[in-house]
Amino acid sequence: MKFAVLVNEGPYTHQASDSAYHFTRSALSQGHEVMRVFFYHDGVNNGTRLTTPPQDDRNITNRWSALAGEYDLDLVVCVAAAQRRGIVDADEQKRNKKDANNIADGFRISGLGQLIEAGIQADRLVSFGD
Amino acid sequence: MMLHTVNKSPFEKDSLKSCLRLSKEKSSILMIEDGVYGAIRGASTERSVAEAAKTRSIYALGPDLKARGIDLEKLVDGITVVDYDGFVKLAVESSKVQSWM
Repeated sequence: MKFAVLVNEGPYTHQASDSAYHFTRSALSQGHEVMRVFFYHDGVNNGTRLTTPPQDDRNITNRWSALAGEYDLDLVVCVAAAQRRGIVDADEQKRNKKDANNIADGFRISGLGQLIEAGIQADRLVSFGD
Repeated sequence: MMLHTVNKSPFEKDSLKSCLRLSKEKSSILMIEDGVYGAIRGASTERSVAEAAKTRSIYALGPDLKARGIDLEKLVDGITVVDYDGFVKLAVESSKVQSWM
């Protein structure tokens, strides 16, 4: 079955990013397809590579990046939400004339159309957040 | 039939109440995150949850119960505990997934 996952909440806030991660990993390990994980609203904060949580805590961003590497997952960050919150990739850095970028491995920045497309193409869209 | 997920404590928000009121009979309801507080026997929510369990399938996510120290022996009668694999299976078996937040 083809899943799409929506994450509307930042890391280390409540539990949405953790729940979404465990759900996604479980779906993939059961042989299902997860065609896209879309990060919206504060969820875009999952996509910065500059986080440094304590060593005995989980690294939520790195965990997503690792899962993306293992399963060729499409991790998409909403561009409008990202601009507001300072999540920047190389293209956005150039376009908005910023002095740095911070997007993590396996994530890409794109538009809300990617969520709509996922909602249409996937058999199930599962939302996590506030 | 639909799968409804509830991720807020019933003592914080009305998500569970709304879900119980608006979900159809024979649908599935899965309590996750702080939503698992709705599964506790003896809480003020017990009666409405037990009543809903007669016509709906009600589940609670085991890892989230465990993280909050909720004893699996002290859940409202009729609630089934599932893990993340069970969550995925419920999503597969249901026609849609509706998240009450």
